[in-house]
Formats: sequence, C-alpha cells, structure tokens
Amino acid sequence: MNTSFTLGTLHLKNRVLVASGTFGYGNEAAPYTDVSALGGIVTKSVSQLPRQGNAPTRIAETPSGMLNSIGLANVGLDAFVRDKLPFLRAVGTSIIVNIAASSVDEYCAVLERLEDEEGIEGYEINVSCPNVKEGGLNFGTRCDMTEAITRELRKRTGRALIIKLTPNVTHIGDFARACEAEGADAVSLINTLVGMAVDVRTRRPKLSTITGGLSGPAIKPVALAKVYEVSKAVRIPIIGIGGIMTWEDAIEFLLVGASAIQVGTASFRDPDAAVRIVHGMQSYCEEQGIEDIQELVGGLRVATGVAAPGFVKA
Amino acid sequence: MSVVNATHTVLSNERVAEDTFALRFSSPELAASIRPGQFMNILTDAAMDPLLRRPYSISSVDGDVCEILYAVVGKGTGILARKRPGDDIGVFGPLGNTFGYDKDFGTALIVAGGIGVAPFPYLTRELQRRERPVLTFLGARSAARAVTRGLANVQLATDDGSAGFHGTVIACLEKYLAAHQVDAPRIFACGPNPMLAATQAFAIERGIPCELSLESEMACGIGICQGCPIEKHHGERKYSLVCTDGPCFDANDIVFHEHHHA
Repeated sequence: MNTSFTLGTLHLKNRVLVASGTFGYGNEAAPYTDVSALGGIVTKSVSQLPRQGNAPTRIAETPSGMLNSIGLANVGLDAFVRDKLPFLRAVGTSIIVNIAASSVDEYCAVLERLEDEEGIEGYEINVSCPNVKEGGLNFGTRCDMTEAITRELRKRTGRALIIKLTPNVTHIGDFARACEAEGADAVSLINTLVGMAVDVRTRRPKLSTITGGLSGPAIKPVALAKVYEVSKAVRIPIIGIGGIMTWEDAIEFLLVGASAIQVGTASFRDPDAAVRIVHGMQSYCEEQGIEDIQELVGGLRVATGVAAPGFVKA
Repeated sequence: MSVVNATHTVLSNERVAEDTFALRFSSPELAASIRPGQFMNILTDAAMDPLLRRPYSISSVDGDVCEILYAVVGKGTGILARKRPGDDIGVFGPLGNTFGYDKDFGTALIVAGGIGVAPFPYLTRELQRRERPVLTFLGARSAARAVTRGLANVQLATDDGSAGFHGTVIACLEKYLAAHQVDAPRIFACGPNPMLAATQAFAIERGIPCELSLESEMACGIGICQGCPIEKHHGERKYSLVCTDGPCFDANDIVFHEHHHA
C-alpha cells in the first residue's frame, strides 16, 4: 500500500505532517512519540532574529477550540541552524522549515541562509499569522503581497515552496491562484481564524492581545470548506490543516482535495496524536483495499450538476 | 525518566472540603517517577470539550497510588468531580521541575493559598523523611474550605475569620516570624498569583530563600505551544515557560505584573 507523496524535491513517506507552532523543533515531543513515523515536521516559525513572543495571557480555551496569541516566539535563524537543525536532520522524517518575516527582504534573507543548510526539504511560508503587529496577516490578506513574496522566494530556491494561507479573507481561492501563478509548489490551509474571548467577571479580554487565532475541532468545518474551495481554484497540491484530531478527520480532508494534512492543536492534547493518525489512516486504507492513498485525494462523491454555493468561478 | 501517557482507572474521588476533592488512581510508573512540585496533565473526557488537558500537582504518592487535590472551578474540574471509582482519566506526566527540598536550609516554611495547597502533602512527607522541620501557613477563604490533610504544624488563616488567624496568609506568617525564632528558613509557596506576589515581596525584603510554584493557562505541558510564559528578571530570554522551566521558580527570578494581581 502506497501512502507516500512527492512534491518537487520533497518526498513524504506518508501524508501526515505536524503543523508549525504545534510541535516545536521536534526535540520537545521526541520523548513522547515516534517522530520518525511522521510524514514530516513543519518547524515552529523561524524569523531572522529571535522573538520573545507576546505577553501573557497567550492562550484561552473555547468550546472545542483554543485561542492563541503566542506572537511567533522563536529562537531566531542563527540559533535554529546551530541548535535545532542538527536534531531535525537526524530524526528520520522530512523537514519543512516555516519562515516568518515582517518584510519581503527578511523572508528572502532567511530563506537564502537556509539554502546553505543540508537536511531541509522544503519551506512553508507564514504569510498568515494573526498575532503579530508587522508582517503576518498584513501579507496574507493582500493578494499582491502574497504574490510578491512567492515570486521572490521562488527565484531563490529549488526546494519545495509551500505558502500557508489564512482563512481571514473574502476569497481564499484568489490567494491560492496567485501562489500557483508565481510558482509555489503547494499551498497549506487554513491558518487560524481570528477570534476572541472575554472574562465577564473582570470584563477583560482573555488574551493579552485582545484577539488571537482560533484552532482545534471548532474550525474543522471551515477548514474543509476552504480546502474544497481552493481545490476548485488551483491544480497545485493542497495541504489541509484545521482541527484534525483523528484519522477520520484526516481522510475527510483528503476527500475534499488535500494531498496531505497537518496535525496541529491535537498534539497539545496528546503529543502522540499525529502518529496515531498515521496508523489509523494506514488501517483504513488496508480495510478499504486501497492500494494508493492518492485515490482518496479529491475523491468526494458529489451528485452530478451540484456545486457548492458561493464560490467565485475562475 | 519514564513518562506516562495512559488511561488510568479512578480508585476513589472523595470530598475533602467545600468544593474540594481528592482523586486517587493507581499508576506504578507515575508513582515511581513523580516528585514533589511536579505535575501531570489530565484529560477528563474523551469528547473534544474540554479540548485540552489541565495541569494538576501531585498531592501524594502511596505505593502505586497517586493522588491529586482539586477545587471545582470550571468545566473540567466539574467533570472530574463526577468521576466514580472505575471511571477513566487520561494521565500524562510527570511534567515540570521539582521543589528544591534537598537544598541547604534549616526549616521549611510552606505557604499555601486555597487549592495551592495541592503539592504540599507530598512535599511535607519528603521533608519529614529527611527529618527537616516543617511549618505550614495555610490560607483559605473559610474554615470549610481549608484542606489540612497531609500537612504538618499548620497555622491557619481565613479570609472570613471563621477559623485561625483572620487575615491573609502572609500577615499570619509575618506575625509568626515576629514572635518565633526560625532556623535558616526556606519558603515553599503555591497559591493564587496575588498571594505569590506578596510572598515574593515578603521573602525578598527579609532575605529568606523562596520558591514559588506557579499556575498558568497551559496547552501542551512540554514546551511546544509556548502558551505559558512568565517574565524573568535576567537572562537572554525575556520569558520562562511555566511548564518546562517551572512550575517551581526561585522568587528572585520572576516578575509579576498587574494582570497577575487581578
């Protein structure tokens, strides 16, 4: 049974990745799960300089979801290369480095520095963090900026280039099309939805930054619809993200058009969640007599002539 | 260190004070590895709401049996309070660091506020095994909410004056130290952040070594989510993580802010 997936230079042994910011740099979770069983690790965002992150309170749980406002706390490019990359190289799964920046130049500088390093199979570009003042959503909600970042980075790498899209836009398909036109190998979606929670006793927002990013099972239906919408807009592969807790959730994403998926918030509940999803998908395929998991991708059965309402046609 | 990530069966779940319960489960692996000050993340229900585990201090270890003390404050602890013997909970631990109970000091001054008493029965046992004197200052809203089991030499302070000293636990501690000679004290404190901030100020002013066990909103418990920062006084990083750098911190190392006093 074939579960693998090839995306340019990136060869995944299975369709399950762990999402950026939910699995650190691999070493933190390694004592609690078999990291080598994963299809790949998308690292915590790496920015040019270390970022301390936002003031507490950074997280708040909401019904079947969580809000976060971490603010891209990360060790920075130099420490990533020096302290984190050696572990990742040896871990036995594909490594995709997530890059965050506050200017096109900074994205380029970080990527160029990482091009010198072995053991990185691809990049995921974070143009959609809702929790930082500069960059982040300012890029991801502007089609021209998403386009420019993709174009400049494409010039600088032959490695797999994945653009991570935000759902906080009117037509996500337009953004996916822009990425495809500028040569991205894939798009990953969705990043978190902007959300908010209030403490009625203190009358204060629960997060220090007032709003944050909503993730978890609460956003899965939104994520499925966005992946479906993007699958109708582009031909490049889609990596589905959003509230995947179980292997059934993962299969749903493949059926609506995702070629691979990322497990995010589920790893906070159980660091072994992504590996359990790998095994669950494997068992499902064996039971169903599926020889190549690719046959599930976009395999949604829709009655002839039925189209989801509200999509903007290409 | 062996880490447990498993489903365990509740052995007992008894009310020990108003809205406060002690839950016991058997886990030879956890019992053998968890130390005073450490915590575990507990999943109360297989459903997705509550979504995340919550951190609970280890309260005591008796053979293979582990115990947590908790106050019913929200959805998760409400579910926990309805657990009966034979029901399941998901346990992930031990997590975090330990109290410095083997450090060089004379008398342990335990300062607990509310359900912040949770880690201290286990700490008390380990201190007594080492034949170290222990004095406990316990703050509670009222006599009905005070949990004294497993503690030693308790001075009780209540907010409403229904038992013991009428006032804050810090005022109670201050009064005691004014009247008694205590040899080379070291404070171990756990409770709400305003109480910890007051303990920190008290200890620093008097030059008493002091450890604070912190609570925080927390998702993963293992340093991945970066969701539980506490500001540090020194060092390259502005923040420590309560889950992996703590939960026990030297009082000199951390900064409490206005929101901690809310």
